[in-house]
Amino acid sequence: MIKYDVIIIGAGPAGIAAAIFAARGTLSVLVIDESAPAGGTVKNTYLVANYPGFPEPISGLDLTKRMFNQAKSFGAKFELAIEITDYNFKDDLKWIEVDNDEKFESENIIIATGISPRRLNLPGEQEFKGCGIHYCAACDGDFYSGKDIAVIGAGDTAMNESLVLLKYVNSITFIHHGFHNLRAEKCTVDQVMCHKNVAMIWNHESLKFERDGNKMIITAENLDTKEIVKIKRDALFIFVGMKPNSEWLKNSGIHIDERGYIPTDENCITNLKNVYAIGDIRVKKFNQITTAVADGTIAALEIIQKSSCSL
Amino acid sequence: MPKYLESSLEEVQTESEVENLINTNEKVIISCGRNGPMCLPVYGAFEVLKEKENYLDIKFVVMPFDVPGASIIRELPECQLFMGLPFTIYYKNGKVVGATSSIQDVKSIKAKINECF
Repeated sequence: MIKYDVIIIGAGPAGIAAAIFAARGTLSVLVIDESAPAGGTVKNTYLVANYPGFPEPISGLDLTKRMFNQAKSFGAKFELAIEITDYNFKDDLKWIEVDNDEKFESENIIIATGISPRRLNLPGEQEFKGCGIHYCAACDGDFYSGKDIAVIGAGDTAMNESLVLLKYVNSITFIHHGFHNLRAEKCTVDQVMCHKNVAMIWNHESLKFERDGNKMIITAENLDTKEIVKIKRDALFIFVGMKPNSEWLKNSGIHIDERGYIPTDENCITNLKNVYAIGDIRVKKFNQITTAVADGTIAALEIIQKSSCSL
Repeated sequence: MPKYLESSLEEVQTESEVENLINTNEKVIISCGRNGPMCLPVYGAFEVLKEKENYLDIKFVVMPFDVPGASIIRELPECQLFMGLPFTIYYKNGKVVGATSSIQDVKSIKAKINECF
């Protein structure tokens, strides 16, 4: 078992910032992430235009690559594309097992697992992923040039992605469980809804997805009349927001709120001793790259300060 | 030849490169895509897996979806219903033994590797 001064779980901006500060503070640091490359959800952001020091927009991938290289230059070690198969965060000396094989231990754990796109988890969703059901307009929109598609979702992401889709497709039918209102910013909604080939099916809850030849069939329930309808389109794009990646922590002893986020104090400390939560997984009002980086900084400095006090 | 894809993996661009690759390596995985958010995580996972002991016998390669040579992937029967990038093809002894469309997480990729090889 290899021991580190700090183990950081999650290699997004929060986790990397914590790694930079902790490693530069001469602590031994291991960063673990189930995905690769490092960068969290930001690596998938087309352009970042509000990160201080970058007056010209920079791609999320480039920005997080720079952060990753900076952390490595200070000596932080990264284990990416691995799965956490067991852990114990309750004892003073905490440990993590990865891939049913290697174990790492530390007195300090920082959780920075962030958020990820929400799935509906309805029948057919997994089966037809990439073959009629999609989650990225820029990636898959051009497969449906001139076609008629459906979109589930009504938030900012759904509207922004739909603006991209409208460059390719003939028409979009939104299927929304809400009652004649949309959560997205009004200016974006107006840009989408002014297209003549955009239609809205209100008050319908999607139930399952099937395929008929080259078409997707969305079965939905009218929430007013309880009538079941089948909507046939060339493809379905799903944009239903983000969810915290905290399910794996349900038996950890860490308090998790009803929405799946972790409450902490102002120094990012959870209810468990020497366990920290930073970035988008933490309960807070504003989720930005800058606030994630701030969390990482605070947690790392807190650990450095405690380490130097205990010497 | 310039590389199109943001990946440190070997990039193939022609049909003959693909044929040579699958005929000279027992286990090959080719991920054929662009530089979008569904593709980069798959390339990233492959970059890490190729360094791991369990996967050293697998050749991980990327191919740009929009080069003419990618028709060797695009026109595979296994890809006829695929509409999500990247198209990822698993070859064993020169034959297609598996294919996936769109983003896959590391857990799914490892499961597919175990299933195919």
